[in-house]
Amino acid sequence: MSRIPRVACCLAALLAAPTLAADKVSDGVVKIGVLTDMTGYYSDLAGPGSVLAARMAVEDFGGKVLGKPIQLVSADHQLKADVASNTARKWFDQEQVDVIADLVSSSTAGAVMPVAAEKKRITLLSGPGTTAFTGEKCTAYNVHWTYNNWALANGTGREVVRQGGDTWFFVTADYIFGRSLEEDTSKVVKAAGGKVLGFARHPSPGTTDFSSYLLQAQSSGAKIVGLANAGADTVNCIKQANEFGVTPKQSLAGLLVFITDVHSLGLDTAKGMYLTTAFYWDLNDDTRKWSQRFFEKHKKMPTMVQAGVYSSIMHYLKAVQAAGTDDADAVMAKMKATPVNDFFAKNARIGPDGLLRHDMYLARVKAPGASKKPWDYYEIVKTIPAAEAFPTVEQQACPLAKK
Amino acid sequence: MQALFGQLLVGLINGSFYALLSLGLAIIFGLLNVVNFAHGAQYMMGAFAAWMAATYLGIGYFWALLLVPAAMGLVGVAVERLLLRRLYGLDNLYGLLLTFGLTLIAEGLFHQAYGNSGSTYPVPAALRGGVNLGFMYLPIYRAWVVVVSVVVCTASWFVIERTKLGAYLRAGTENPRLLQAFGVNVPLMFTITYGFGVALAAFAGVMAAPVYQVTPLMGSSLIMVVFAVVVIGGMGSIAGSIFTGLGIGLVEGLTRYLYPEASSVVVFVVMALVLLVRPAGLFGRQR
Repeated sequence: MSRIPRVACCLAALLAAPTLAADKVSDGVVKIGVLTDMTGYYSDLAGPGSVLAARMAVEDFGGKVLGKPIQLVSADHQLKADVASNTARKWFDQEQVDVIADLVSSSTAGAVMPVAAEKKRITLLSGPGTTAFTGEKCTAYNVHWTYNNWALANGTGREVVRQGGDTWFFVTADYIFGRSLEEDTSKVVKAAGGKVLGFARHPSPGTTDFSSYLLQAQSSGAKIVGLANAGADTVNCIKQANEFGVTPKQSLAGLLVFITDVHSLGLDTAKGMYLTTAFYWDLNDDTRKWSQRFFEKHKKMPTMVQAGVYSSIMHYLKAVQAAGTDDADAVMAKMKATPVNDFFAKNARIGPDGLLRHDMYLARVKAPGASKKPWDYYEIVKTIPAAEAFPTVEQQACPLAKK
Repeated sequence: MQALFGQLLVGLINGSFYALLSLGLAIIFGLLNVVNFAHGAQYMMGAFAAWMAATYLGIGYFWALLLVPAAMGLVGVAVERLLLRRLYGLDNLYGLLLTFGLTLIAEGLFHQAYGNSGSTYPVPAALRGGVNLGFMYLPIYRAWVVVVSVVVCTASWFVIERTKLGAYLRAGTENPRLLQAFGVNVPLMFTITYGFGVALAAFAGVMAAPVYQVTPLMGSSLIMVVFAVVVIGGMGSIAGSIFTGLGIGLVEGLTRYLYPEASSVVVFVVMALVLLVRPAGLFGRQR
């Protein structure tokens, strides 16, 4: 089926060859696709905010690269792997999309990455967390930009164990992301001398009542209930844990918590919780300046995913400019050769495995009294330097990096 | 053993929500022959209305429990008068499509206005805290949900099975034309019934607001199970929907104890089995 468009592409490429050689930008346009969850459970932490962040990046870059226009398209993958990979195929084969950003939810990212690698187009992951995307599932055309589960597990997990939370029970979203997060955190807990007493896995997305999973957590007697899920699942878990008296007898460790989750929970429910984040709007003047611009358009402060989408697209466009072409191999080489320096990351580098290693932050949610202004939610407990925040290339099982 | 009791009690609590929601669906289907796909959205709107009343108007939970179903009932009346009424002569697929469309519109509007992370509605002060039953910690609010649901379901059953209005309703289900010939205003009854069904959905929404995050998608995750409950109980059977709602909650609880991975599909397995043995549902009659 896919042969006809491919043949058509080849013919078109042959016909266009003379002009291509002259300007080095395929099809005379650099096209960026934002593939995200526009209406579902992750649409607040990524979704329209990710599209806005991408648009801001294109505008800030000036709307043109190498004299050719930059176009932005976006689509809703509805958190479905098949919808995501079909959209990606359509974008690559028929709409000349050069790069896909965000890809929130690991199930969709995992479906799109092989398609992109096959077609030699770039993926910039900001939303998903699965560590294996730069490990055994790594591809030569992928960059994992914002965070991964390993970083979350090490940031939050290690700190919680250090403070005496040495027995854990996991409430896990039953798909690749949740299982990966549970696995990474279990390793950290055990390495730090803690014990994992058990887990309960819930279907996701679509579960709203977590009481039965929380009951299991309660009867396990673990000091810490680790939430290996995201978005609405985490929010409902935290809310119902309060209701069922899980807290304060046991403590919750939200392994992936976004600022939008804290906003919708309210500080009264979320206060005191530790979390690991790649970005907070109120870190310094640069983050405040960018976030304020984002806020004026979106009416919500950016999540780390949305900030990461901006940062990744900016870096991509700079690499296209520097490479003098939008050819994926040349651009990837340039992206990996150039350190990232912007409001999101300082002196960060993309490894041969495709993982962007940058500083992460361990934060604690403020109590309502300590919050002085709107969206003043986090107290930054410590900065985790890039070398500690992410696994080394050797720790990753990426076949590309082994050569 | 403790874990089993805990899971069964949680199942009963969830079953109370299923019963409240499937009751409304069953009443509407029984009389109007309309598969009200908007039921989940109406439940969601009930929860949102409670949250909005508290946030913008300072109206508390107990007032919301009265006012929100009344207001949503009026919305239901308007929908029936303006839209649904035009479809009665047609195949009931049209009613399903209309209500499905209404669901998409309502979810889209709330998504646009409030996003999908949702908002938190506090548990009312009078119902906070919980009791330790030995085998589990039971939040008082959850106990309240079970009690209220049983009371409302019993009252609805009583009205339908034991009063004159209910007798008209049941007669209308059997043969609306004959009933009209006796001088009963059947179109008005249709309107009131739809309004009441919607009010029940909104009531369940207000009940759910303090337990679940109030989000535009809260109805869509529940409605599939509720439809299955109605089918198992027998389309249009009032008592069937109540007992099946509670029963499915218990079956889910039992499954969570025995084999947790199957807990989200067990309801559909039960549905398939029931349809094989009794195509009209447990309490349904062949038409």
